[in-house]
Amino acid sequence: MSTTMTNGYFLEARGLTKYYPIQNDLLSRIMGRTAMLKAVDGINFYIKRGETLGLVGESGCGKSTTGRLVARLLEPTAGSAYLQGRNIFTLRSPEVHKLRKTVQFVFQDPYSSLNPRKTIMQIISRPLEVHGLASNFLQKRHRVIELLTMVGLGAEHVDRYPHEFSGGQRQRIAIARALAVSPDLVIADEPVSALDVSIQAQILNLFRQLQEELHLTYLFIAHDLSVVRHISDRVAVMYVGKIAETGTVEQIFERPMHPYTQALLAAVPLPNPVAPPPRLTLSGEVISPVNPPGGCRLYGRCPLAGPECAEIDPELRDRGGEHFVACHKV
Amino acid sequence: MRAADEVILQLDELTTRFHLRRGTLTAVDRVTFAIRRGETFGLVGESGCGKSVTARSIMRLITIPPGEIATGRVVFEGEDLLQKTPRAMRAVRGKRIAMVFQEPMTALNPVFPVSTQIADGLRNNLGLTPRQARQRVIEVLRLVGIPSAERRMDDYVHQFSGGMRQRVMLAMALSCDPQFLIADEPTTALDVTIQAQILDLIRDMIKRFEMSLLFITHNLGVVAHMCDTVGVMYASHLVEKTDTKTLFAEPLHPYTWGLLNSIPHLETRRRYLNPIQGSVCNMLTPPTGCKFHPRCEKAMDICRQQIPPLREVAPGHQVACHLY
Repeated sequence: MSTTMTNGYFLEARGLTKYYPIQNDLLSRIMGRTAMLKAVDGINFYIKRGETLGLVGESGCGKSTTGRLVARLLEPTAGSAYLQGRNIFTLRSPEVHKLRKTVQFVFQDPYSSLNPRKTIMQIISRPLEVHGLASNFLQKRHRVIELLTMVGLGAEHVDRYPHEFSGGQRQRIAIARALAVSPDLVIADEPVSALDVSIQAQILNLFRQLQEELHLTYLFIAHDLSVVRHISDRVAVMYVGKIAETGTVEQIFERPMHPYTQALLAAVPLPNPVAPPPRLTLSGEVISPVNPPGGCRLYGRCPLAGPECAEIDPELRDRGGEHFVACHKV
Repeated sequence: MRAADEVILQLDELTTRFHLRRGTLTAVDRVTFAIRRGETFGLVGESGCGKSVTARSIMRLITIPPGEIATGRVVFEGEDLLQKTPRAMRAVRGKRIAMVFQEPMTALNPVFPVSTQIADGLRNNLGLTPRQARQRVIEVLRLVGIPSAERRMDDYVHQFSGGMRQRVMLAMALSCDPQFLIADEPTTALDVTIQAQILDLIRDMIKRFEMSLLFITHNLGVVAHMCDTVGVMYASHLVEKTDTKTLFAEPLHPYTWGLLNSIPHLETRRRYLNPIQGSVCNMLTPPTGCKFHPRCEKAMDICRQQIPPLREVAPGHQVACHLY
């Protein structure tokens, strides 16, 4: 597999799909009542090396599932994800093990992502052990302290337990753990959503700083548009398992084209009492990802919808300058 | 006729403590503020600052023990709620002051249909017959925008989406026509587009029924949009209070500045944010003097020694800080 198969992007997802069959028992199948939850439905996106792609969308849109697929924490129903030209889903066992050194994950909940029965030393040194990155205790300890210092904690924290730390500190520990193997790609799934606003700012700064120092590439999943704007270079907007729009942060936030992106941006209340108030530009509620109808997922809520929107699912097309939009009407 | 400037709720030195095995924690410390009829008052602060405990103290929903409403008064329409008997307090809750909570899935009862839950309050507070209650339930569900209210009224909470559940909770709160609504982070668990719908709905209802609103949140965008007046809480104290425009334009307390400076903005992008250094103190062993001083750029000697009192330093603008 050569690099020319992809466009030279660091990570490229093509037709990435994850379906969950629900109600798939025998009786339901006999009665023709099976249902398919299309969590991620054939999405395409790319991330350039050293860049941050912000993946944004409301609950149930499939962004977390996408993150897990790219980390190969889940197996896809279809599609591929090329990391430096190689499809991560066709790798065989020993190479999947190596993949774990290249791609690491930071989870949303700092309270459940750290093993409460292990010390910080044990939590952070485990990946070192698994990947044979330290041959003796002193080396491990040295590396763990180095990592803790990188994330703004100290040597004194090494032998403590997670419950002794605040949410923000735990998230720093989770980041240190992810960095232990010197990954190239870090997937962060809502890493600051569970934190207070003033701590969020600290952790976001940390992400940025580490990216600069260690030349990391990020897939940053979040629902908070202000956070996404702050941390991302490019942004992909998801809606019910599909990508509606992708572009640079300026394109998405200043010249959004897809009606859903526009609706999301219009709905955010700005921390400024004299700014325009949040507006609702879409009627109704989100459709379910279970057995979604054909056609555009926004049909029924979209002010621009026409007859073709109900029939044909729009493809993501480049509208110029790598600004991709999936819409028949714009 | 109701006078616009009349104070409907006055908190005077409200202090609520929790006696835990590890020690005594003062969650709300001498908090004082007033809300006028028709006013929307936002209580803002990060987790642990005491804003939810303040709301629950007003409603007397604090579990005693280990909680204790130690001192202070909560004067609602001229009566001190803290002096009322439990029975008298039940006549206030739901009927005169109603509350909407953050997580509708946990605040609503999962084993009863929503009609039963709403009707419960109607029958207890207003003495309606089952038939009258059912009729009112339909009315109030329609009011909050539940489509096909008659058909959906007997559904269970899990059969509604997040936004719909919050509408149900709002319907319940409004059903007995209260004068005062307390909303504790009502949109935090909701998607941004649903949040916009619910905030619009709350604004509509407040205006329509001439209600006063105590809105608790940590989201400064929501505060800017919804509230007339804002109180900022930090580690059990009310540290600043003024009208919304002034708070955002001329914040006085260093914590308020810190908060406003640390949030990422939708409209502009800076390379690095300016977070407040450090983190909130341990409330079981708080520092002496001003609880913010370990994180404060402007801390002086007196800040380590004395807790600054809340004082009016400009018309309508109160702040608790030794800088003023």
